[in-house]
Amino acid sequence: MAAVAPPAPIESDPTVIEGSRGARMDTAFRVVTIVAALAVLVILAFIAVSTVAEAWPVFREAGLSFVTEDNWNPADNQFGGLAFIYGTAVVSAIAILIAVPVSVGIALFTTELAPRRMRTGITMVVDLLAAVPSVVYGLWGIAVLAPNITPLYKNIGSAVSSIPVLNTIFAEGGTGRSYMTAGLIVALMIVPIITSITREVFATVPQGEKDAALALGATRWEMIRGAVFPHSFGGVVGAVMLGLGRAMGETIAIALTIGSAIRISGSVLNSGTAVPEVIVLQWGESSGTYRAALVGLGVLLFALTIFINTLARAVVARAELRMRGA
Amino acid sequence: MAAQTIDLGTSRPNFRRRATNFVASTGMVLAFIIASIPLAFIIGYVIKRGASIVSLDFLTADIPRSYRADGPGMGPAVLGTLIVTGFAALLAIPLGILGAIYLNEYGKQNVFARFVRFMADVMTGVPSIVLGLFIYTAYVIRTEQQTGFAAALAIACLMLPIVIRSTEEMLRLVPDELRQASQALGARTWRTTFGVVIPAALAGIVSGCMLAIARAAGETAPIVIVAGITFESNRNLFEGQNTTLAAQIFRNAARPFEGAQDRAFGAALTLIVLVFIFTIAARLIASRFSLARSA
Repeated sequence: MAAVAPPAPIESDPTVIEGSRGARMDTAFRVVTIVAALAVLVILAFIAVSTVAEAWPVFREAGLSFVTEDNWNPADNQFGGLAFIYGTAVVSAIAILIAVPVSVGIALFTTELAPRRMRTGITMVVDLLAAVPSVVYGLWGIAVLAPNITPLYKNIGSAVSSIPVLNTIFAEGGTGRSYMTAGLIVALMIVPIITSITREVFATVPQGEKDAALALGATRWEMIRGAVFPHSFGGVVGAVMLGLGRAMGETIAIALTIGSAIRISGSVLNSGTAVPEVIVLQWGESSGTYRAALVGLGVLLFALTIFINTLARAVVARAELRMRGA
Repeated sequence: MAAQTIDLGTSRPNFRRRATNFVASTGMVLAFIIASIPLAFIIGYVIKRGASIVSLDFLTADIPRSYRADGPGMGPAVLGTLIVTGFAALLAIPLGILGAIYLNEYGKQNVFARFVRFMADVMTGVPSIVLGLFIYTAYVIRTEQQTGFAAALAIACLMLPIVIRSTEEMLRLVPDELRQASQALGARTWRTTFGVVIPAALAGIVSGCMLAIARAAGETAPIVIVAGITFESNRNLFEGQNTTLAAQIFRNAARPFEGAQDRAFGAALTLIVLVFIFTIAARLIASRFSLARSA
């Protein structure tokens, strides 16, 4: 060992002079990447400041009535947006109620039931469902779904006309453009989101636990209920909330299919309105305070979706942490 | 099913349990069918209605000013879609990739990097109309005109978090051994990143960026808010209003005139073809060249 010459001291290496330039380059590059990463935070902060500043006069003027009153009358400077908030809530609820069972079903079909060779095909279908632009869903909704679903709505309406509660919720509407139609279209749009996350969560269930359940004589469904669901509950909740965030912010498909009637209707088969829908539809005809009020609705939407998404991401992250620990 | 090969006499589940299992399995298959039928209907219908109007003339002619007019044109919208989306990609992709490099190569698990990662995820969920309103209040009000550039800014905001997160996922798949080998040869982080990590992850990064472009090309709400409308092609992003295919579909969809409806479906077919080409190409690139497969 002693015979081996010690490595030349690094200080004498001519590349070191270059190296110090390299060090400067590295620092510079590091700073550039930090600035790029910072862009996300800067943009988010800037969104909040810029939109709130624009809508501030309306918020100050209308106060809480901006979200608690149902009197949207821009000509008289009355900006009560309750009807929009109600519409967004109803459409999101319908979309979630339909999309969650379907998405969980598809995710289970992919991970537990379908033969391995079919899985790529199923994933491809779900990907394509996500790739169709929302305006195309809206176009199909208004041109095909709404006119063709009207008879079905009429039948449902007359079938439940003597049953209390149901005869309010499903009271016959005029056209096929309604909360329900918008909800159906939005459900279709959020299925891919919920499915892809749910599928990943299901895929992390340890094979050993599933085998154990089957070895005890459980049927496949009992295995899913006993081993898959408890393990992935948190992740699925997070996925559903991400879908909810998307449903609340969906603009164009809802604008085309909800029917644009500014009112609060108890029947999901009636036409109504929603927060993003009114912004995009009234944008062209608005100016001044009116336009600021529409920006104010946007602020409301921003705050709501940030809240839901933050919560959802936190839930998913916690669920992932627990699954990795398990 | 291992359990069924051991016959203990009682191992066969009773009827109720078998029935529940059957119903649940059928439900799963049904869920998939429920989701794929509308997809097939939509694509089929758009192709049927759109194919009758899409032609070279349709893709290049000006848009008629009257909804009632029959016949083509979506030229300005095709051009608008390409330049707005293209410019947005030019803004968002370099920034997003640099941000992802920070997260995965420098920041890793430090507090700042974790916070940025979390907020990028949250930003993915910000509705596109809010981004449109943001660019309107921050930019359009000041310049006092709606332009294609404003639309590109809004679309870039939409793409940024998608590019960051997908690129970071791809960088994370590059084995640490490659980085260590490069560093052992004396390369600093930036050289390792550009010489070793990025080339290794390139297919995945390209695929992620293409998916982001596909998603951005179909965005409508921000265009309506900040880009306005044009009937003749406008090549200049910084002067004058602009339009895109998605905005034209929205504008024409609710009109009760045959001509407008036809143009809406023609634009929808054009847009879907564009988006699907990007989506499918992205999947192919990812599956052919991906690290996840070779590693």
